Amino acid sequence: MAAVAGVKPETRGWRDVLEGRRFLAAVLIGPAVLFIAVLIGGPLLLSIYLSMTDATAGQLSGHFVGLDNFRDAWSDPVFRTALKNTVLFTIISQIVVLISAGLLAHALVGPFRGRWFLRFLIILPWAAPIPLGAVAWLWIYDSLFSVVNWTLVNDLLPGGGTFHLYSVVNAVTPWTIQPFNPPQWLGDPTLALAAVISVHAWRVIPFAVVIFIAGLASIPTEVDDAAKVDGATGLKKFWYVTLPLQLPIATVALLFGIVFTATDMTIVYVLTRGGPFNSSQMLTTWAYQKGINAGNLAEGAAISLYLLPVLLLVAVLMLRFARRVEVS
Amino acid sequence: MRKVAPYLVTGPFAIVLAFPFYWMLWTAFKTDQDLYNVENVPYTWTHGSPTFHNISFLFSDTQYRTWLQNTVIVGIVVVAITLAIALPAGYALARLSGQVGQSLGVGIFLTYLVPPTLLFLPLSRVIAELGLQDRLLALVLVYPSFTIPFSTWLLMGFFKTIPRELEDAALVDGASRLRTLRSVVFPVSLPGILTVVIFSFSLVMNEFVYALTFITTSSQKTISTGIYTELIRGDVFFWQGLMAATLLPSIPLALLYNVFLDRFIAGFTGGAFR
Repeated sequence: MAAVAGVKPETRGWRDVLEGRRFLAAVLIGPAVLFIAVLIGGPLLLSIYLSMTDATAGQLSGHFVGLDNFRDAWSDPVFRTALKNTVLFTIISQIVVLISAGLLAHALVGPFRGRWFLRFLIILPWAAPIPLGAVAWLWIYDSLFSVVNWTLVNDLLPGGGTFHLYSVVNAVTPWTIQPFNPPQWLGDPTLALAAVISVHAWRVIPFAVVIFIAGLASIPTEVDDAAKVDGATGLKKFWYVTLPLQLPIATVALLFGIVFTATDMTIVYVLTRGGPFNSSQMLTTWAYQKGINAGNLAEGAAISLYLLPVLLLVAVLMLRFARRVEVS
Repeated sequence: MRKVAPYLVTGPFAIVLAFPFYWMLWTAFKTDQDLYNVENVPYTWTHGSPTFHNISFLFSDTQYRTWLQNTVIVGIVVVAITLAIALPAGYALARLSGQVGQSLGVGIFLTYLVPPTLLFLPLSRVIAELGLQDRLLALVLVYPSFTIPFSTWLLMGFFKTIPRELEDAALVDGASRLRTLRSVVFPVSLPGILTVVIFSFSLVMNEFVYALTFITTSSQKTISTGIYTELIRGDVFFWQGLMAATLLPSIPLALLYNVFLDRFIAGFTGGAFR
């Protein structure tokens, strides 16, 4: 890249050496690089090595078996379910998060009465550590005492009036809720996956909102003024002014989101542990199940490595993106 | 219409997003007789509620206090390690090494994308081989692996926004490089450092997978796994205790986040996302 970029950076680099700066830089950066190499690079290579052996729990080595573990994992129907769930989980929750956070950031960026308080409420889920927030949802989705179900099936009007929320829901989708057989949020395969997605969205939206507000705040006021002078308002302004300016930050947020959603294990583990009957397994929980609970270290490693292509893809896109931003 | 629009958008979201906290609070003070009866209206307190029994149960009959303590210890040590390593690295990447630094910075940042769920299997074996199983030291050692890449990158962005002239002026005035760092650069980058401290601490509190695989002894757990693994015993859920345990650490964090939110935003726009 230096050759393309021209001579200037190169000469400065050499002067840095003469000034002893490069040595100083190495001393300052060295520990970080070392730490990362030992604790991320090392385990990653170890994981790749283990996935091609027959290592079980209690071993750090085994006989070389090639790609057998990857084949074994692939032929397991639970793995297919886990793969499908991971893809669904990632895509749906990203769409929900992007749209919600975009709307919220837009609403929250301008001043209005009570903004501080509303922002406080919206940021709240970010404050609860993920495993704890998920436990709260475990209670909300409880099979017997779920407050959601109670609200759906009970008469909400005091005294003689009758108003049941489920009848409102049933007016739109008649097959969904029976009053004496309320939905088992974590006990039904489809609903369990939906529950996991909703909790993840609940948890990520606040963070996405913060990033989007940061993006909106970074748009210079001159741009706003110019748009106003040109008569761009409302949707038009959003489409031609705000969106293009927001695209870089939204892209970064999306790429991040994809990685952290696809590789998240906490929420699924706490809510369903992959159940009922493995129907909500993700690649991460399935790898944990195989590698830790069943003691098949090698196959567990292989399962989690199926996530690697996603990471590589995102990394490449990030690099491309970073370069484009640098050029412009 | 323009006046009402923000409320129409934020109102429903705020209700849904904040509801679990309201529900934790409500549940935490309920008696068993109130909670475990489907005839009772869940939105009211009856049958002896509210009670403080659940919170005192948490502190006297479980190791909750120990988990809180462990979390704070791990958090502080990890933040200290993170700062000690990420501050110099971030500064050097932003200032001292030109084009090479840029690529190296992106490289370090990309390692943040490698998640614990990909590394916990081999690491759990390594930790066992080193005899660190069931010890807080295991977490202290491993957690910086995800706080350092992120912090280095964030700090690099921050240092870049500090005008070079500010430093050059100090250097010209005869201050040593170290003195310049101490008295010129760090005071200005305090918001960035603060962001990193809060962020690293919250990453530690959120971490679940390593804590779950490395630690099984009750007395060495942190709140992230302790609450889930110890207050749910088989089919028995101590719901009120669970809710109280979940709510308590969340309140100070929520206030902290909200106070520092504008700084966070400054931190993100301050070069980190450019």
